[in-house]
Amino acid sequence: MDTAQASAVSNQSITFRIWRQDDPAKPGHFDEFKVPYRKGANVISCLMEIQRNPVTSDGKKVAPVVWDAACLEEVCGSCAMNINGRVRMACSALIDKLEQPITLTPMTKFPVVRDLAVDRDRMFEALKRVKGWVPVDGTYNLGPGPRQSQKDQSVMYVLSTCITCGSCLEACPQVSQDNEFIGAAAISQARLFNMNPTGKLNSEERVRALMGPGGIQDCGKAQNCVKVCPKEIPLTTSIAVMNREVTKLAIKDIFFKEDEQKGSSGPA
Amino acid sequence: MAAAARFTVVGGGLAGLMTTIKLAEAGHQVDVLSLVPVKRSHSVCAQGGINGAVNTKGEGDHPDIHVKDTLRGGDFLAEQTSVKGMCYAAPGIIYLLDRMGVTFNRTPEGLLDFRRFGGTLHNRTAFAGATTGQQLLYALDEQVRRYEAEGKVTKYEYWEWLGTVKDDAGRVIGSVAMDLRTMEIRTFPAEAVCLATGGPGIVFGRSTNSIINTGTAAGRAFMEGAIYANGEFIQVHPTSIPGEDKLRLMSESVRGEGGRVWVPRKKGDVRSPRDIPESERWYFLEEKYPKYKNLVPRDVATREIFMVCRDLGMGIGGRDGVYLDVTHIPAKTLDAKIKGVMEIYEKFVGDDPRHTPMVIFPGMHYSMGGLYVTFESDAKTNMPVDGSPKNQSTNIPGLYAAGEADYAFHGGNRLGANSLLSCIYSGMIGGPAMANFAKSQSTSAAAMPEKFFQSAKAYWADRFATIKKMAGPENPYQLARELGDVMTENCTVVRYNDRLKKTVEKIRELKDRWNRVNVLDTGEVANRALSYTNQVWNMLELGEVIATSALLRDESRGAHYKPEFSLPEPKSKDPTQDPEWMALWRKRHEKWAKTTMARYASEGPQISYEPIATPVLDPEPRWYA
Repeated sequence: MDTAQASAVSNQSITFRIWRQDDPAKPGHFDEFKVPYRKGANVISCLMEIQRNPVTSDGKKVAPVVWDAACLEEVCGSCAMNINGRVRMACSALIDKLEQPITLTPMTKFPVVRDLAVDRDRMFEALKRVKGWVPVDGTYNLGPGPRQSQKDQSVMYVLSTCITCGSCLEACPQVSQDNEFIGAAAISQARLFNMNPTGKLNSEERVRALMGPGGIQDCGKAQNCVKVCPKEIPLTTSIAVMNREVTKLAIKDIFFKEDEQKGSSGPA
Repeated sequence: MAAAARFTVVGGGLAGLMTTIKLAEAGHQVDVLSLVPVKRSHSVCAQGGINGAVNTKGEGDHPDIHVKDTLRGGDFLAEQTSVKGMCYAAPGIIYLLDRMGVTFNRTPEGLLDFRRFGGTLHNRTAFAGATTGQQLLYALDEQVRRYEAEGKVTKYEYWEWLGTVKDDAGRVIGSVAMDLRTMEIRTFPAEAVCLATGGPGIVFGRSTNSIINTGTAAGRAFMEGAIYANGEFIQVHPTSIPGEDKLRLMSESVRGEGGRVWVPRKKGDVRSPRDIPESERWYFLEEKYPKYKNLVPRDVATREIFMVCRDLGMGIGGRDGVYLDVTHIPAKTLDAKIKGVMEIYEKFVGDDPRHTPMVIFPGMHYSMGGLYVTFESDAKTNMPVDGSPKNQSTNIPGLYAAGEADYAFHGGNRLGANSLLSCIYSGMIGGPAMANFAKSQSTSAAAMPEKFFQSAKAYWADRFATIKKMAGPENPYQLARELGDVMTENCTVVRYNDRLKKTVEKIRELKDRWNRVNVLDTGEVANRALSYTNQVWNMLELGEVIATSALLRDESRGAHYKPEFSLPEPKSKDPTQDPEWMALWRKRHEKWAKTTMARYASEGPQISYEPIATPVLDPEPRWYA
C-alpha cells in the first residue's frame, strides 16, 4: 500500500551479524545476513525478512533466526536483546539509527533457549518473592477502592509500566546467571505495591522479602539499570526508597521483639 | 466431579486470566497454556480504556444507555443478552480492577476519572494513561501469580494448544499441546477447556495485533467442529501508523482527549501542516457529523478517511494518510493522559506529535466475529443466568470461548473501550459456567479411558513428524505474507464480490501450495518454524471463513461495507422521516439481521444464518449524522 509514510525499496542492503546457538548445551557462532533496505525498518522487520529468505551472505541456507517478540511497540517486553553491544528492545531499534554491521546477541544474564531467545523465568519468580500483588478479598463487587491523589497516581503509574523485559538485569554488574540477586525490576514493583493504599497493609512482607541473600543489599549502586530502562522508570529512586525501608525494618528488628511489633502496621 | 476439579484455560490475556481467577477462586485447579509468558499477552496493547456507566460526571449516564450505544454501534448484530449483562456488570468490574491496584487516572477529588470514546456522547471510559490494557493485564497477572504461589494455578508458558481430546460422545475431555522449547507433545486432561486465544489479526499480515495473534487455535477449533460466527466483521481502526512490520495503533483516546482529523482543503497541498491556516484545513469528520464529530464509531471514521484518500484523492500529498492533530492541546495535558501513544509515535516515526500533526491511516485491528458461543437468558432481566453452564459455551460440549476469540458482544462493529470490558466479563461468567458444566457431567474427564488421550496425542505426534519432513519449495512465512496481502487488499474497508471470489480462490491456491512447503528448520529445540508451518494451515482455514462469509453477505452493515449492496442516502436528515427509505431498510434488515454461522467441511466453509433474538432493544436505523 502506498502510504504517506512511504516505504521506498532501494538497492541498498543492511548487514547483520547474528548469534546462532541451536541448543543451550552446544557452542554458538555468528551468521551474517544481508537484508534489503527499507525506510522505517527496524531490527524486527529485518528478522522477519530473514524468515522469508533464510540464506546467509555467503549463500548458505540456514534455519530462520529464533527470537522472542509479540507486540512490536515496546509494551510486551519480549524482544530485549543486545544490539551492537547494548541491551534494548529490538522493535524500537530503527535501522536508520544503527551502525552497520548490526550485531545481535542474546542477553547474557539469562540462560539461552536458542539463538536470541532467553529464559527470563527468574524475573517472574522475583515477582513472587516480593509478593507483587494487592491481596484482594475476592472478585465480587465490593465497591470502589480507596481514593488516591493525582500525585500518587502519577508516581504509581510510571512504576506500573514495567514490562519485565530484563534490560535492567542485563545491564547490572551485580546480576549473573549463577547468583540470586533479585534485580531492580522487582525492587521497584515492591515499591509500587507498598505505595498502593491497600497493598500498604502488607508492606512489611515485601520489605522482608528484600532482606537476606539475593536481596536489596546486593545492589552495587552502579546505576546502569536506570540508564537502560526502555520505559524510563526511576529504578534507582525505587531502590533508594526500598533500601531505607529495609534499614528501618532491620533497626526495628533489633530493638523490638516480634510480639511487641503486633499492632504496628509495618514500617511507617 | 470431585470438589476441586482440573480445568484448562488457553491464552493468558484478560479473558483467559479472568476465567482462571474465577475457577481458582472457586477452589479448582487450573492449567493455563500460553504461547508467551502471560504478562506479554496481546491485551497489553489496548490503550484507551475500559467502558462502564459509572456516571460520576453528572451526565445522567446509565448501563441502559451503554447497552443502547453498544447494540446500535454493532448495528444490531450483537448477542443482546450478553451485551446487557456486560454493561450492567461494567461499573463493578472497574471497581474490582481499582481494588486490584490498577493505576487509573484520578479526578482532583481522588475518584476515578472517565473520558469520552467513540460512539457515545458520555464520559464513560476509565483509563490508566494510554496504556490501560497493560495495566489491566498486569493486575490480573498479579492475582494469578498469587494463586500460582498458592498452588492453585499451573502456568505452561511457551506452550501451544494444538487441539482437543474428545470422548466417543464428542465431549471435550482435554487438550493436546506442545512445549515450544523442548517440542514435547503431551495431553492435558480437563473437565472443560476455554479458548481465550484472542483475534486473528495476523491472518491480515500486518495489523495492530501482536505477531502471536494468528488465530491458529480458533482455526483449529473450527476444523474440529466449532461454529465460527460473523467472521466477516473485521474492525479496521481509523488511526494507525503504517509500518514495515506492523500497523501501530494510535488510540481512539487521542480523539477522546480532543484530537482532530483533517486534510488540506487544497488537493496535493505540499506545505508543512503547521503552515496551513485553519481556514484551509478540512475537518471532514466534524463537518459531516456535527454531533459526534471526531468520535463517530470506528467503522464510520475509517470509511470516511479511506474515501477521502482513495476516492477523492485528498490524502496528504495525494497518498494514503490524513492528519491526526493534537498540537492545540497543552503538552502537559497530553503527557498526563495519553503519553503512552505520544511516545510510540515519537519512537517509531521520529516526529513529536505534541508539535507536529501525526499522519495516520486505517489499519486492521479487531475481529468482532469469532467462535460461536451461547448464553442462557434470564427471562426477567434478559441477562445471562448466573453460573449457567451454557454461558460462553461453544457448540462442542466442554469447549468454551472468551474474549476476542468469541463472537458475541460487538456485532457488526465494536465500540472503543468495550473490548477490555468484554474480555473480563466473558471470563467472569465463563469460569463459573465451566465449573457448573463439570458438575453436571456424570463422569469426570480425569476418569476417562486413556485411549482417548493416547490417540489424540498420536495424531499430533504424527502430524508434526510429517511436517518436519516437508522439504518442498514453498516458504511458510512467504505463504502467510501472501495471505495477509490478499486479505488486507480485498477483505477490509471496502468489499466487492468479484474481489472476494478471487480472494477465496487465492486462499485455495495457498492451501495447495502449503502441501509443498519447506519446514526450514529441523532443530530439536525451540523449532518455531515447525510450529508456525502448522499454524499457517489454520490461518488459511480462518482466512477462507472470513472471505467466504464476506462474499455471501450482500449488504452493508457495521464494518462490512459493500458499495454494490448499500442502501441509498435517505431523503430526509433523519432517516425515520423518509418512509420509502424506511421500507428499504426494513426489507434489508429482515433479510440480513442474522448471525453468520460457518461450519467446517473439507471442500470449504459451509455458511448458514441464524436469526437474532432482540429482547433488549428493537433494531432501528443506525445513524450518526
